Amino acid sequence: MSTEQQSASNPEQLRRVVIDPVTRVEGHGKVTLLLDEDNHVKQARLHIVEFRGFERFIQGRPYWELPLLVQRLCGICPVSHHLAAGKAIDQLVGVDQLTPSADKLRRLLHFGQVLQSHALHFYYLASPDLLFGFDSAMSKRNILGLLEDYPDLALQGIKLRKFGQEVIRMVTGKRIHGSGAIPGGMNKSLTVEERDYLLKDVDDAINWSQAGVKLASDIHLADAAFNNTFASIESGFMSLVGSGGELELYHGGLRGTDRAGNSVFDHFDYRHYHDIIHEEVKPWTYMKFPFFVPLGMDDGWYRVGPLARINLCDVITTPAAEQARFAFKNQAGHEAGAAVQSSLAFHWARMIEILHCAESIKTLLHDPDLLGNDLVVTGEKQLEGIGVIEAPRGTLFHHYEINEDDIVVKANLIVSTTSNNQAMNESVRQVAARYLDGQQLTEGLLNYIEVAIRAYDPCLSCATHALGKMPLQVELLDADGQLLHRLVKNSQGEVRE
Amino acid sequence: MKTNSISIDGQQITFREGQTIIQAALEAGIYIPYLCYHPDFEAHGSCKVCTVRVNGSHCSACTTFASDGQVVDNHCEDLNSSRRAITQMLFVEGNHLCPSCEKSGDCELQALGYYLKLFGSHFPHLFPHREVDATHPHILLDRDRCIFCELCVRASREVDQKNVFAISGRGIDSELVVNSPSGTLLDSGLDVNDKAAHVCPVGAILIKNQAFQVPIGQRKYDKNRIDDADLIEVKHDHIDS
Ligand code: SF4
Repeated sequence: MSTEQQSASNPEQLRRVVIDPVTRVEGHGKVTLLLDEDNHVKQARLHIVEFRGFERFIQGRPYWELPLLVQRLCGICPVSHHLAAGKAIDQLVGVDQLTPSADKLRRLLHFGQVLQSHALHFYYLASPDLLFGFDSAMSKRNILGLLEDYPDLALQGIKLRKFGQEVIRMVTGKRIHGSGAIPGGMNKSLTVEERDYLLKDVDDAINWSQAGVKLASDIHLADAAFNNTFASIESGFMSLVGSGGELELYHGGLRGTDRAGNSVFDHFDYRHYHDIIHEEVKPWTYMKFPFFVPLGMDDGWYRVGPLARINLCDVITTPAAEQARFAFKNQAGHEAGAAVQSSLAFHWARMIEILHCAESIKTLLHDPDLLGNDLVVTGEKQLEGIGVIEAPRGTLFHHYEINEDDIVVKANLIVSTTSNNQAMNESVRQVAARYLDGQQLTEGLLNYIEVAIRAYDPCLSCATHALGKMPLQVELLDADGQLLHRLVKNSQGEVRE
Repeated sequence: MKTNSISIDGQQITFREGQTIIQAALEAGIYIPYLCYHPDFEAHGSCKVCTVRVNGSHCSACTTFASDGQVVDNHCEDLNSSRRAITQMLFVEGNHLCPSCEKSGDCELQALGYYLKLFGSHFPHLFPHREVDATHPHILLDRDRCIFCELCVRASREVDQKNVFAISGRGIDSELVVNSPSGTLLDSGLDVNDKAAHVCPVGAILIKNQAFQVPIGQRKYDKNRIDDADLIEVKHDHIDS
């Protein structure tokens, strides 16, 4: 990176070269594959540097800044952090129950966010690969390639995402990084014009979502044998559910199952999450490994996100999405009712959620509470607040402690990608074990690893590149820790040793 | 013959006896950028943003009296370029994270930055370590955002008759300090209704628990550029008085 520098004769033109710490990290996903004595892949380690220092950054700031401050922690789902922090802060100001208007506005905002995030992931990042195949020409592997061959589909994806973004814009005043949630409520409601503006596209959004669900399930079922085994692992799951066990993205109790599908906890009050989830630290990465306390570190890891949510909920409250959930859970060759463990099924589950969001947005838009002006509740200040929501990528925890002067003294965040940490490692290991031939890494293997990581839609900067272009560095180590081979792929999809 | 008129960028305006150039200009609807100037207080002349060229010499428009026949250059690239540099220095000398700052959209420093088309900080950030004082139950002092305009110092002294604030240290080591036994706002006698609690043009002195009640996008400088917004305000002040 270089910046303008001042000099006497030419004040605005000289350049100063600065090493930007962000460029240094370069958003590469780094994977280490460790072999055992018999050259089998024993362990895969995904090295993630993204989530360092969150908590330090927040300490010392007044709590009411948090919903805006945390939006900047991660550029990928700012609204999710905004809302999780907003919920935690409601507790800090002693508010348990928002007004109906504020509650519904936040839900609307959240549906908009999940919809646009899922649309981005499926149409822009994942579907080119799913449609053209993992080995297709690089030039096809982006939305432009998709536009050429599937013009209707790609346009629907673009419009769907735009619709989600417009929902966000109407609720917060800005498409990204708006305000909205304030302590105890919201700072604005919708005007009739804003509501009508969204209403005019909502039926289209539902139709496009329905087409998306069909596409995702068609792709999955077209080669079910492959899709159900690729990067497939057996894991527990966790998500919020509503009081009736329904799919719930904004507020509910925690439900967790073990890898056999048995309940570990249900309708658990997330304010006591520390009793059921601990985080393990490992020496080779900054990212922690959360696990269910009752199952212990080795067996207690779990997955979150669309797959977890669709697996765990008993029902979806909107009819079309419920139908789609039923088809998902009862797909041919799958034991009815059991959790779907296939990692590639994340994509299908994601599209079911898009449909649920679109349907829910429509229901909300017809609710007069969205136009109401009773937006804020006040209460007695508390020194601790915990907010949890189902972000697009999974359960997101924000936990804050403040002092008497309103300053944050402690913060703990568990982001969805951290919850999926162990599962991503396991999926990568599974793929490597299946496709690694001998002691040489191949471009094909790199692609498969990328597909496995991408299924989780991790909030990593490397994962924001189009498929096939995830900057990725894979190292193969023997049982003694000696480097056998290394391959690096840059964001142009070029592979070198 | 005395006409009590000056020209600013070629436009003739009249002034009243005893007015400074900035007062005459703002009253005539001409915007001269500034930060430490405030119509309620005696001019301070410290921020240098209002520097104009009067008959060929650089002067602060807030401290220079208007006098007959002055030829004033205000909006020209070299002056605006200096103003831009001064503003950039203010940004890098503090810790300004506008996106999460509750003053964003209502902030004069930020609005001036937009007005001057300041799209980068240009100078290396100094990332100073400055203390937040949150001890007062209703008022927050975030020194990270202080620009040393001394409006709070003047307001406390001249209007509130309290002398709560002062600037200590010199140059880059300057710091806004609180005159109280503990050195914090808690026992400073600052009251939430004091002028000093409300006069800060940036997000350094804030009333607690009001953040973001006005949505981003609906704030003062979201609606008007600083040259328009401030003129409207000055005109209102003038009509009111
Ligand atoms: S005080 Fe103004 S310039 Fe500083 S961070 Fe806040 S909005 Fe930005």
